[in-house]
Amino acid sequence: MSDFPHTPPRFSATFTPAVNAEIRRAAASRTYDIRGAGTKRHLPHFDDLLFLGASISRYPLEGYREKCTTDVWLGTRFAKKPIHLDIPITIAGMSFGALSGPAKEALGRGASAAGTSTTTGDGGMTEEERGHSRTLVYQYLPSRYGMNPDDLRRADAIEVVVGQGAKPGGGGMLLGQKISDRVAKMRNLPKGIDQRSACRHPDWTGPDDLEIKILELREITDWEKPIYVKVGGARPYYDTALAVKAGADVVVLDGMQGGTAATQDVFIEHVGMPILACIPLAVKALQDLGMHRKVQLIVSGGIRTGADVAKAMAMGADAVAIGTAALIALGDNDPALEAEYQKLGTTAGAYDDWHEGKDPAGITTQDPELFKRFDPILGGRRLKNYLKVMTLEAQTIARACGKNSLHNLEPEDLCALTVEAAAMSGVPIAGTNWIPGRGGF
Amino acid sequence: MQTFDLAQRGLRELNQTLHALQGTTNQTVWEIVNTKGSHAIAAGVDAPLDITVRGTTGYYCAGMNKQATIRITGSAGPGVAENIMSGAVIVEGDASQYAGATGRGGLLVIKGNASSRCGISMKGIDIVVHGNIGHMSAFMGQSGNLVVLGDAGDALGDSLYEARLFVRGKVKSLGADCIEKEMRPEHLEALEDLLRRGEADAKAKPEQFRRYGSARKLYNFNIDNASAY
Repeated sequence: MSDFPHTPPRFSATFTPAVNAEIRRAAASRTYDIRGAGTKRHLPHFDDLLFLGASISRYPLEGYREKCTTDVWLGTRFAKKPIHLDIPITIAGMSFGALSGPAKEALGRGASAAGTSTTTGDGGMTEEERGHSRTLVYQYLPSRYGMNPDDLRRADAIEVVVGQGAKPGGGGMLLGQKISDRVAKMRNLPKGIDQRSACRHPDWTGPDDLEIKILELREITDWEKPIYVKVGGARPYYDTALAVKAGADVVVLDGMQGGTAATQDVFIEHVGMPILACIPLAVKALQDLGMHRKVQLIVSGGIRTGADVAKAMAMGADAVAIGTAALIALGDNDPALEAEYQKLGTTAGAYDDWHEGKDPAGITTQDPELFKRFDPILGGRRLKNYLKVMTLEAQTIARACGKNSLHNLEPEDLCALTVEAAAMSGVPIAGTNWIPGRGGF
Repeated sequence: MQTFDLAQRGLRELNQTLHALQGTTNQTVWEIVNTKGSHAIAAGVDAPLDITVRGTTGYYCAGMNKQATIRITGSAGPGVAENIMSGAVIVEGDASQYAGATGRGGLLVIKGNASSRCGISMKGIDIVVHGNIGHMSAFMGQSGNLVVLGDAGDALGDSLYEARLFVRGKVKSLGADCIEKEMRPEHLEALEDLLRRGEADAKAKPEQFRRYGSARKLYNFNIDNASAY
């Protein structure tokens, strides 16, 4: 032994313990890692933006005294019956199958009590969610599970799903553990199979076909319903422009932070763009076509607080959608269930094996023993509270910026903290007028 | 019989008129003329009507049909009778891509040939094609019956679930997880009924057909199946 000091053990920044563990898991397991939720990597996000607030050049509005409106109309372009929501925070599409019946009911209850909409998912429309949702958006997905004209007509809007942020280019996935008798019947599938939905629509390809598909849906519903087109954050400028050209009333844009019930981890972490990078491109497409505020833009993917809502709207969105945050509000990943998460080999806050159907909170499961733990009335109340709090937070910021409507927030109210966030959001770095990638500085 | 001139009165008025008809109407027999390849003709009908579409149609004719019998005297564009729930759609000519896509019930008869992806993602519909069908037909077919009196193109029944496929002629190739299966008496009986309802030539006999279905090997994940996709 030398008396010289030893070089301490040094871990690779490339082959980290987590990477090595995944290599060992793949070598031992015979399958890739499938999980729920959204990306867990660090990304430029709304946290990298700040509001400037009012000063001498702009004056603020009185909190709780001067009005700051939050309502929004969706589907004003073509629909005979556009939707009016009290708040611009909607509930994103999540399927019965991925979620339990009581969880879907709670989403409907909470959204309705807060004056907003909820959305079906890959499993079709259930009576629970229709009955408890004042405003229900019916998703028109590649799988077409349960699709029928009666549900189209009793929906309040139709969302043609082209993609989602967690997996742009991928279809839905629901593993056999969650294909219960009821789920199998609704989807017309054998019980217990690993269901992999199609990633493309079966009867149209490309924007020209989409225009005709939207025409058909409008004809079937007598032009009453707003028609949304939902895309994952991949090529938002072109996707938005093509959706508008195809006749959409509303474009729904989901960044890569958006969650999913189940898909490959490699897909969640390596495909798509952060929502921060998506919004300006979609807004520019709308502006270039003269359709900003005429075709409404709903953005989603990592919306957590009223600050995120306000930032998304300042960047040009008309409304936002939440999915993962809504599940947390219902009770998903609650530290109170830590002992049960430990039994599943995980911990509260990190639980993402939603595809296994063992959720101790009774939300992402089809096991009757588990989902009867979940109280849809209490869950709905929690969601309503959360939505109201986010709305108040967003109003607080808007008033501080001197705005009497959330929709009057604008990019000039923002500054960026990092070069990446500034480049993606098109907002200058704090203390400068520099937007990386744009000339003139 | 009610005659509706599509060129004069337009698509919106046509579908609005048909949607307004309930089960008690006595205006049950309709003829639609001057179709000129229009899209979404008679889409979303939900009444026991007897509709004849004279001419050729564009996309999604008879889409999501319930109860009505809709006969197209010419050829049909893509997605004819897509997501049909019940009733019947008869195409006297040929049909383009995706005929009967995702159909959940009812009957689709194509007296000519059908293009690619006929019966894609079918969910209970019965389809009878008198001629040939194109590639990738019955892709991901979940349930229902596809009967082909002629030949089938490449990759028939790829990633099939529980739909049943009957082909009288040649099959160019079978898709992933689709195999030929034994034709048992219950299949012959079902096929006889399908041929009768499908207005097939009396010379077509169930014994002349072969049956194809899912091998069910891809129902659950297995990395050793990666090359099958």
